[in-house]
Amino acid sequence: MADILFYLFAAITLSTALFVVVSRNAVNSAMFFLLSLMGTAALFVLLDAYLLAVLLVLVYAGAVVALFLFIIMLLDMRGGERKPFKRTTLVAGTFAAILLGLGVLSFVQHSQLSSAAVSADVPALGASLKGYAAQLFTTYLLPVQVVGFLLLIAMLGVIVLSKRFEGLEDVK
Amino acid sequence: MTIGINAFLFLSVALFAIGFFGVLLRKNTLVIYMCLELMLVATTLALVAFSRFNGTLDGNVFVFFILTVAAAEVAVGLAIIVALFRRRQTVMVDELNALKN
Repeated sequence: MADILFYLFAAITLSTALFVVVSRNAVNSAMFFLLSLMGTAALFVLLDAYLLAVLLVLVYAGAVVALFLFIIMLLDMRGGERKPFKRTTLVAGTFAAILLGLGVLSFVQHSQLSSAAVSADVPALGASLKGYAAQLFTTYLLPVQVVGFLLLIAMLGVIVLSKRFEGLEDVK
Repeated sequence: MTIGINAFLFLSVALFAIGFFGVLLRKNTLVIYMCLELMLVATTLALVAFSRFNGTLDGNVFVFFILTVAAAEVAVGLAIIVALFRRRQTVMVDELNALKN
C-alpha cells in the first residue's frame, strides 16, 4: 500500500513541478507549485517526518505561496500573450538539466548506498516531537539563535527595501 | 514499505533538475524564484530520506533550518522584485539589461 502511495505522490510532485516550469501564466505556476509542495509533504509523511510535513504545508503552502500570489496580484502581470521562452533556451535548458540529473544519478549509482528498504530496527526518530525539542535545545541551540537573528535581519531588510528613497538616481 | 533510499534520491534529483531547468528557461523573475524554491524543497526531501534511512534526527533538524532560511529568503527576494518593478516597470529578465553595453 505504501509503495503505491509513494509512486502516486512522486508522480504528482514531478508532474506538477513540470507544470510550474511550462505554464504561461504566473498564477497557474504558483498553483502548481502549491500542488507540488503538497506532494512533497505527503512524501515526508511516508518518511515518518510528520512535523516537517505539517511545517512544509504551513510555511511553504501557507506563507510562501500566499506571498507569491500577493506579489503577482500587486504587480498585475499580463500572462499568456507572448511566448514565455525561446526555442534555443528550451533546447539548452533541457540539455543542461539532463546533464545535471545524469551527473547526480551516476554519483548516486556508484556510491555505497544499499537499495534495500528501511528495516524495522531503524528507529523513526522524526516521528516524535520529543526528539526535535531535545536536539533544538541542546546540540543545535546556537544555530537556533542564529536563525532567529537572521529572521530579524530579514525583517529589517524588507522594511528598508520597501521604503521609498527620495532623490536617488534612477538606473537607466 | 519496500521502497529503498535510491527511489527517494532519484525523485529528489529529478525535482532538483526540473527546478534548475525552470531557472534556466523562464524569463519571469517570479517563476524563476518559484523554481529556486522547488530546488530547495528537492534538497530537503533528500535530507529527510537520508535521515530516515540512517536512523538519525540531524537531517530532519537541518530541514528545520532550511525552512526558516527559505522563508526569510522569500520575503527579502520578493521585496527586491517589488522594488525592481517600481523602478523599471518590468520583471522579465530579458528586459533587465542595464549592465549590457
